[in-house]
Amino acid sequence: MRARTGIEAAPAAIHVEAITKAFGATAALDGIDLDIRGGELLALLGPSGSGKTTLLRVIAGLEPITSGRVLFGDEDATRLAVQRRHVGFVFQHYALFRHMTVADNIAYGLAVRPRSERPSRTDIRRRVSELLDLVRLPGLEKRYPGQLSGGQRQRVALARALAVDPKVLLLDEPFGALDAQVRRDLRRWLREIHERTGHTTIFVTHDQDEALELADRVAVLSRGRIEQVGTPDEIYDRPSSAFVAGFVGQPTRLDVVVVDGKVRLGDVTLSAAAPAVPAGPAALFVRPADIDLEAASGPRIAATVAGVRRAGAVRRIELRVADGHPPVEAEIAPGRAIARGDAVNFTLKALRLFPSH
Amino acid sequence: MAEARHAFQGHGWRPVAAERPAIRRVLTVVAVGFVALFILLPLAAVFAEALRKGVPAFLEAFTDEATLAAVQLTLLVAAIAVPANLVFGLAAAWAIAKFEFPGKSLLITLIDLPFSVSPVVSGLVFVLLFGSHGLFGEWLQANDVKIIFAVPGIVLATIFVTFPFIARELIPLMQEQGTSEEEAALTLGASGLRTFLTVTLPNVKWALLYGVLLCNARAMGEFGAVAVVSGHIRGLTNTMPLHVEILYNEYNFVGAFAVASLLAGLALVTLLAKSLLEWRYGDELAGAHRH
Repeated sequence: MRARTGIEAAPAAIHVEAITKAFGATAALDGIDLDIRGGELLALLGPSGSGKTTLLRVIAGLEPITSGRVLFGDEDATRLAVQRRHVGFVFQHYALFRHMTVADNIAYGLAVRPRSERPSRTDIRRRVSELLDLVRLPGLEKRYPGQLSGGQRQRVALARALAVDPKVLLLDEPFGALDAQVRRDLRRWLREIHERTGHTTIFVTHDQDEALELADRVAVLSRGRIEQVGTPDEIYDRPSSAFVAGFVGQPTRLDVVVVDGKVRLGDVTLSAAAPAVPAGPAALFVRPADIDLEAASGPRIAATVAGVRRAGAVRRIELRVADGHPPVEAEIAPGRAIARGDAVNFTLKALRLFPSH
Repeated sequence: MAEARHAFQGHGWRPVAAERPAIRRVLTVVAVGFVALFILLPLAAVFAEALRKGVPAFLEAFTDEATLAAVQLTLLVAAIAVPANLVFGLAAAWAIAKFEFPGKSLLITLIDLPFSVSPVVSGLVFVLLFGSHGLFGEWLQANDVKIIFAVPGIVLATIFVTFPFIARELIPLMQEQGTSEEEAALTLGASGLRTFLTVTLPNVKWALLYGVLLCNARAMGEFGAVAVVSGHIRGLTNTMPLHVEILYNEYNFVGAFAVASLLAGLALVTLLAKSLLEWRYGDELAGAHRH
């Protein structure tokens, strides 16, 4: 049951080539190259100020660029006005037309078409009710945005964007203003909609769980540059830069030194074999899952328990390895007896090591 | 419970934000007394004076040709000044609220200038520009264009004085609403004009109407600036407020107060319409209340 009517266009691939955007002396986007495949669900992930929303707005045509090109399929859209790019844009704060009913909001993109391309009134009405079914809000045609909850408004905003059968669907922090439970529901639901309608979709988020769970591929941005593009598995398991390694998986960053092929933290040797990293200062990113307290073999690192906290199903302990360095976090089963001040040994299962500059 | 409350009262307990009953009464009496003395009493006096010699004398005042001409001129001036400021005010508010451009804060300051400058000075500015000894005076005389002591001068002075009303009403509301609804309309394929007509304008319509009401009240009632540029030519360049003064100076009290009561009536109607708007659309207007 596909909800699209009208022209059944194949979902468009989007190519972003060497996009640069300067705000005064600073570069908001600094040479961005990105290929988005047709029908793909891609996440732009990064901290605030990384340029992810700016990039999304550049693709939509809402933001002028200093240099570079944006291609929709084979068509150069760089100089195309926002109205003629046929994108569906969903804003973080919904941006529903507050003085129009839900039905008029959704119908807006069809109603503003020139008379020759405009569907008939009954067609528009049918399309609106189809879309309301798709976003699971049947029967709300006559309501005003002010009478809806945040989650409902966001779904109306998505229906409005889908109504024009866009070449690409662009979502700016689509769940940013909603509470945690609604976010989780809408995440699953957005994935379903994407599978059903097949639109090329790009969404911006600062929430790594959201990006990794929802997207086919994730592009991690930092300071106007793309740090890494890959599947959620690649991003999580094989971060390609210190920034990505520090951003995903809630790691602790340890400032270590590589000497004689060994990784040393202060006076403590963490690993006897350093992977391809030149000698000198380096950054080691340790995630809770990297720490094995039960390992039977391998080099064991001595540590002191600096704190015990409860985190959902597990307990987290803080392990101090060397004075003057932050403690690393490990997860333990709730039943295990452990207290502050205890001495433990652990091994590191993974070594995410990047040279420091 | 009752005992506890009693104990509190025994220690003079009261909500921290509430004043003593005596202070409350004094404040209320002062406020009501002030309004009665300085607003209600003069207003009543205007109508009492106008009707002192009975309704026929009151109505007769409006058969005077000069009075009718003054009413007509006032309506004409308002009919030009209000639409002009509607366009200027919308354009200025649109530019300030929706775009970033150099000199924006200067523009915001300049919009308020007519509020802070004495109306007499506002009138004088136009005399200095367009008067016979003014900057463009010679050129205007050579081309036989009359601005000062003629209707165009009155219109210009009125537009100047009433400029801030609509812009000031719209700017805070438009700033609060931001630009994302407009952006949404543009991404959905609407042209700039279409976006303005279907999204921007409906979002500010009540504030706009409110601004128009205030602007109209001031345009009809303006005295100082108009007095300087009008020249007080009876039947030609006298607006209602100026005509009130002339009649009064001629000891035609019934005539003066009859015209004055018409102006006061206009003010009351404006006030009523404004209150109705506030009562009905208070939420939408809340963002615009700064003065």
